[in-house]
Amino acid sequence: MKEYVMGNGAIGLAALAAGVNLVSGYPGTPSSEIVETIAKYPHNDVHVEWSVNEKAAMEVAAAASYSGARTLVTMKQVGLNVASDPLMSLAYVGVKGGMVVVSADDPGPISSQTEQDTRRFAEFARIPVFDPASPEEAYEMIKDAYECSERYKTPVLFRPTTRVDHAYAAIEHPEHTVPKKYPGFIKDSSKWVIFPRLSFANHAMIEKRNVEIGEEFSSYRFNTVEGGNSEKAVVASGISYSYAKEFLKDYPEVKLIRVATPYPFPESFMKKALEGVSEVLCLEELSPYNEEQIAKLCGRNGILLTIRGKLTGNVPASGELSTNMIAGILQEYLGLPKDSVEIDVSDAPKLPVRPPVLCAGCPHRASFYAVKKAMKGRKCYFCGDIGCYTLGNAQPLDMADTCLCMGAGITMAQGFSWVDKEGIAFAFVGDSTFFASGMTGVVNAVYNNANMILCVLDNSTTAMTGHQPHPGTGRNMMGDIVEKVDIASVLTGIGLTKVITVNPLNLNEAMGAVRQCADLPGVKAIIFKSPCVAITKPSGKCRVNESCINCGKCIKEIGCPALIRVDGQTTIDPNLCTGCGLCTQICPVNAIEEVAR
Amino acid sequence: MKKDILICGVGGQGTVLASKIIAASASEAGDPVHSAETIGMAQRGGPVTSHVRIGEGAYSPLIPFGSADMILAFEPAEAVRNLRYLKKDGIVIVNSVPVKPVTESLLPTGYDGTEMTEYLKKKCTCIVIDGEELCRPFGSSRYFNIAILGVAAASGRLGIAKEIVLKEIERRVPEKYIEANKAAFQAGAEIGAQYAVN
Repeated sequence: MKEYVMGNGAIGLAALAAGVNLVSGYPGTPSSEIVETIAKYPHNDVHVEWSVNEKAAMEVAAAASYSGARTLVTMKQVGLNVASDPLMSLAYVGVKGGMVVVSADDPGPISSQTEQDTRRFAEFARIPVFDPASPEEAYEMIKDAYECSERYKTPVLFRPTTRVDHAYAAIEHPEHTVPKKYPGFIKDSSKWVIFPRLSFANHAMIEKRNVEIGEEFSSYRFNTVEGGNSEKAVVASGISYSYAKEFLKDYPEVKLIRVATPYPFPESFMKKALEGVSEVLCLEELSPYNEEQIAKLCGRNGILLTIRGKLTGNVPASGELSTNMIAGILQEYLGLPKDSVEIDVSDAPKLPVRPPVLCAGCPHRASFYAVKKAMKGRKCYFCGDIGCYTLGNAQPLDMADTCLCMGAGITMAQGFSWVDKEGIAFAFVGDSTFFASGMTGVVNAVYNNANMILCVLDNSTTAMTGHQPHPGTGRNMMGDIVEKVDIASVLTGIGLTKVITVNPLNLNEAMGAVRQCADLPGVKAIIFKSPCVAITKPSGKCRVNESCINCGKCIKEIGCPALIRVDGQTTIDPNLCTGCGLCTQICPVNAIEEVAR
Repeated sequence: MKKDILICGVGGQGTVLASKIIAASASEAGDPVHSAETIGMAQRGGPVTSHVRIGEGAYSPLIPFGSADMILAFEPAEAVRNLRYLKKDGIVIVNSVPVKPVTESLLPTGYDGTEMTEYLKKKCTCIVIDGEELCRPFGSSRYFNIAILGVAAASGRLGIAKEIVLKEIERRVPEKYIEANKAAFQAGAEIGAQYAVN
C-alpha cells in the first residue's frame, strides 16, 4: 500500500518489510518516530522496546543478532556515544542476523548538544555506513543495509539527518510483513567471547574485508555520477546531495558525484568518477568527511586534484546547509551570475524573538521556583541535565548553571561539592534521564560520601522527545502494563536515608523539603512529582480578580506564558492556563484565584 | 502541476494539520508530494514552518528562497520571517491577528502585528484576514487552520479543487467537529472567492 509518511516512518516500515525480529532504541530527536512507527503498525512476533538507554538497546539487539535474528537499534547521534562501548566491541565480534543501527545526525544543531558526524563513528568502528538523501531512499537502503550486515556479518550504521527524518513522502510498502525465521543461538565461545586473541585476528580480518566492501560499494546503485563531464565537479552526500541536485537541475553540464556509502569509501567508484576532473567541491554537513577521503585517495594514487570544501573555507565549518546556501556556494565555485529571485527583506521591521520556554502550568517551573526561593541568599550550584527542564535556565528562573550530557548533572554536583565545601550542590534530573544514566551517578555519590541534593523532576513521561513511556510509567512499547520502577525505592535501595516526595505545585511544602535537605550532610533526594501538562487534562484555571494591584510580581518571578498584560493590566490567558495554581501562591495580595474550567 | 506552498505560524496553531491536508489533497489529485515539518524544541511557542512541495523535480524537502507560490501565514510576523521563500509573483494569505512572544509580558516589545501587515502589503500580493473575526461564529480561533485552507482553495492559487480539500478535511478531523470545520472552510472560501484568479 502507498502511504504518506515521515522519513522515520519509512525507516520503520522498511525494517518491518525486511523481516526485522527485534527493535530497540532510546528516544532522541530526530530519531524517535522510528520505534513509534513500528509499534503502531502490525508487528506480530516482533519485539519492540524503548530500552533504558542506547547502550542497553544495542546489547539487547546484539544477543538477538548473535541468534540469527534481524535487529534494528535506533538513537540520535549523541546516543551513539552512550552505545559506543558495545558498538566498538561488537564491530570486532560481529553478528549473525542483520543488525542495522540507526544513528540520526542533527546538523544545526537543531535539538542536540553536538554536531558530531556518525560517518566518523563508522570509520572509527570500522563498520559500513549508509547515508540516505530522502525518505524514499531511506526505505530502499534499509533492505540493502540488512543484506550488507548479513553478508559481512557486521553491524551496519545507517545515518539519516534531521531533514531526511522529518521529511514526508509517499512510500509503497507491504501491508502484511513476516518476521524472518532465525536459527537461534549456537554456542561457540571462540566466536562470541571477546578476548585479545580474537580481537587481534578479527581486526586483521576486518581491515581486509573493508577493502572488499569498498569495492562492492563502488558499484552500489546509490553511488552515482550525474550531469556532464565538466572539469569542475561537485561531490555531495545525504541531504546535501538533494540540495545540490535541486540547484544543479538548471545546470545539467555540471558533474555531480554522489556518495551514499561513506565508509568503507567506494574508492574505485570515486577514482573513475574523478577522471577528467581537475577540481572538486565537497558539499556536506557536519564534518569534511568526503573531502578528507578524497584527499587521501588522491595522495595514495598520485592524482592531481584541487579539493574544495570545509577545509578550504568554501563550505561553512558548522551549521546546516540549505538549497540556498548551496546555490550561493555553487554560483561562486562555478562562476555563475548571482541573480536574486528573492524578495528583498532587508527593510523588514524588527521581528519578535520567540525563544522556547517551559509550557504554561509545567510542574518543572514550580520545582525550580521552590528551590530558588528556599535557597535565596545561599551559595548554590544548580546542575541541569538533558530534557525539557534544560529550559529552566531561561529568565526569570535562571536555574541551570551547567548542562553537559545525559545524567551529568548528578555527578557534576558531586564535583562542585568537592571543590567548594561551602556551596550547596543541586542536581536536577528528569525521570527518564534518571533511569537512562542517572542511577550510577547516585551510587557514586553515596560511595564517595558526597554532599548533594538530587532533585528528580518526575513528570511521568519522556516529555521533550514526544512523551515516550519509560520504566517509571508502568507501560512499555509492547503495550503491556508492567510494574512501575519506583524512583524513591531505587534511591533508598542505593542507600539514601533522606528521600522526600513532594508535589511541586504546593509551593510551601516543596520549599520546606528543600530547606530540610539543605543543611543535612550526605546525599539527599527530593522527588518533585507532578505529571506533564501536555498529557493530562487541566484541573481548572486561574483568574486575576479586582484586588490585583498590578505589581507584576507573578510575571517577574515565574515567567509563565499564561500570565500576560492586556492594556497594562496583569491577566491570565484562559486558553493557556492549566490551573496549576503556582501564581496564586506568589501573589502578595491574593488576587489570583482558581476557578472551575 | 508544480507548486511550492509554505505554511508558517507559531507552535500550537494547527499548521501541521493544514500542511497534511494540502499534501494529502494534492496526492489525491494525482500529483507527487513531498513535505517537511519543524519538530522538536521549536514547537514550544516557537516559530514553526511546514514546506509542501507538489510536483516532479522537487529534490530538497525544503522550499528554496524565492520559490514558494503561496505562503499561508497564521501570524503576521511569521509571514514576514518567511517572506524570502516567496516567489516575486507569489501570494501571501495572512492572519492579521498577532501572537505575542510568550516572553512579551516579561520583556515587553510592544509588538502588535500591524507593522507586519503594512509591510507585507507593500512587498507582495497578499490577502489579509482577521482570523478572530472569521472564526468568531465557530467559537474558537482553532478553526483558523481549516478556514485559511478555504481561502487558499477558493482563491484558485492552490491549484487543487475545493471539493478534494474538503474531502480530506472530513477524513482527518474528529467526527463531532466535521460540521464546524466545513463551515469554517466555507467561510474562508467566501473570502478567497473575492480574490479568485482563473
